[in-house]
Amino acid sequence: MMTLQQAIGQEKIAGHKAFIPYIMAGDGGLETIKPTILTLQQLGVTAIEVGIPFTDPVADGPTIERAGERALAAGVTLKKVLQALASFRDEITVPLVVMTYFNPVLAYGLDAFAQACVAGGVKGIIVPDVPLEESKILREALNPYNIDVVQLVSLTSPPERIARIATASQGFVYAVTVNGITGERTNFATNLEHHFARLCQVSPIPVMAGFGISTPEQVKRMGELGDGVIVGSAIVTALHEGEMARVEALIEASKGVYAKSTL
Amino acid sequence: MTFSIANSVPTKEGRFGQFGGQFVPETLMTALLELETAYEEAVKDSVFTEELSYYLQDYVGRETPLYYAENLTKKLGGAKIYLKREDLNHTGAHKINNAIGQALLAKRMGKRKIVAETGAGQHGVATATACALLNLDCVVFMGAEDIKRQQLNVFRMELLGTKVQSVESGSQTLKDAVNAALRYWVANVEDTHYILGSALGPHPFPRIVRDFQRVIGVETRKQIVQKEGRLPDAVVACIGGGSNAIGMFHPFVDDESVALYGVEAAGSGLETGKHAAAIAGGQLGVLHGAYMYLLQDENGFVQEAHSISAGLDYPGKGPELCYLHDIGRAQFDSITDAEALEGLQLLSRTEGILPALESSHAIAYTAKLAKTMPSDNVIVVCLSGRGDKDVHTVRAVLGGEIK
Repeated sequence: MMTLQQAIGQEKIAGHKAFIPYIMAGDGGLETIKPTILTLQQLGVTAIEVGIPFTDPVADGPTIERAGERALAAGVTLKKVLQALASFRDEITVPLVVMTYFNPVLAYGLDAFAQACVAGGVKGIIVPDVPLEESKILREALNPYNIDVVQLVSLTSPPERIARIATASQGFVYAVTVNGITGERTNFATNLEHHFARLCQVSPIPVMAGFGISTPEQVKRMGELGDGVIVGSAIVTALHEGEMARVEALIEASKGVYAKSTL
Repeated sequence: MTFSIANSVPTKEGRFGQFGGQFVPETLMTALLELETAYEEAVKDSVFTEELSYYLQDYVGRETPLYYAENLTKKLGGAKIYLKREDLNHTGAHKINNAIGQALLAKRMGKRKIVAETGAGQHGVATATACALLNLDCVVFMGAEDIKRQQLNVFRMELLGTKVQSVESGSQTLKDAVNAALRYWVANVEDTHYILGSALGPHPFPRIVRDFQRVIGVETRKQIVQKEGRLPDAVVACIGGGSNAIGMFHPFVDDESVALYGVEAAGSGLETGKHAAAIAGGQLGVLHGAYMYLLQDENGFVQEAHSISAGLDYPGKGPELCYLHDIGRAQFDSITDAEALEGLQLLSRTEGILPALESSHAIAYTAKLAKTMPSDNVIVVCLSGRGDKDVHTVRAVLGGEIK
């Protein structure tokens, strides 16, 4: 199994931008995790961000919050998701990155969580309420198992801080494209190009844009800013409504974005 | 110089022992670091501290009296009981101490927009009041369930020019109002300050709120020495998040002779699972930016708190109180809804003071504690708020049972 960085690097070699869909694990029941992941990897995604429902998702907008409430109502927990992933681990061909708030990880126990990640084929984790200052405990627990701890950079992070985060992050840097929570947007700040240029310059690892990216046009535009995009709410909605064509269109927009000359 | 527990926390990382920290989305980190710097500068600037003192005295009505509750003392037949009358503050509770302090801080930082959360509405009203006074725009998030329970406070906030936003997600109470306020702050962080109402949340909030509430304990210390010639034997305060308790306790933390008692809300009873006693019945966890004791299930999902008092209806406890518990400096106990209602009636009838349901927990605990102590001992209770806001709730529960 490739690492996150290798998977993103391979897309670049092939002339594509990386595309990482976010799914709310168990939205529709635990049994949907396997078919959803297998379908997405067949459609050519680079990696998959597996979201864990939480009672207090402060970084998420209404779409993902509602999906989380549906998953919680279906009895989905961090432990059950990792067990579900382990049950078809041999069929998973793309790296998985688990997105969870910190408290479920603490309740699981850091080492037990790390071992369950290994068993489930998880290559990285994103914990949106653990910023750089608090992140050492995660790297110490997960790095011995070769699991990356992805850090987020925001538009409000000053340059010196951006450099420190980019150095500490593993797998890729998750660059938040808006001030705010996850969810679809029609407008993005005008200074994004400058922000991303500076970030890409200081980052030793790939830079992925995320938050608010919901249309194929936005996938193309945001993809051009860095090494690829993460699409959450739009994927969650499309999967919930069974609109696979919308998922395919989003993924397709990430293909062939690198002109041959930039390679 | 001897070691001071009180001055040793928080560390520069915002830790109180293992508690506290900064568990927030990256978008907020810069704002938190800016807030910390701005706060450090403000408290060293006499222009700021004098302005704060001016408003606390001439607007809030400080200092508040330390009242010897002679009737209650005689009725219980034990230690002498004094009440620190935070209920006599403008807006009827201790919350205004912090709201004015943070609103002045926001103004100094050039942030003219304020967001806040509220449970019972007391912090919302205090913040709306401070914003009206200082000409700041204010939006307050409040759980839909709490809006139903506290309609008059919603209207009070609106009269003061604040926009009240209903929160329909989760349990639709204080915890969800904090989630919504944090989300709003993330989206508007560049021109907005978040006035957190309790000694909770990410560093530096637990420290800032504590420091603005310390005035309670500082005044109490001076007043009790004037009246009794010595420090009290015990200090009692109710705890939701814990802002009145830490404000009262902090100036006494280094005085070993003063026992500190924090009173959690036991709701329908600890054994029923329907309570808000995170220290008695919770585990270590992270919510709203801090490591603390937290009501949660085995999966780390946060559980809903239950208390007749909306102001205590929160699943966590402030990190500094958790720390004082861990090092054994403060003791914690809990009082049920039914006991709190008895406390409310007891103080109303013996002293003619109608306490808030929150403060009634401290009164009910004191009623038990006083009897175990000799008559030459002294207890100070923080009477954090007045009970007018709760009359509707109390009537609904007691109905015709008032004898």
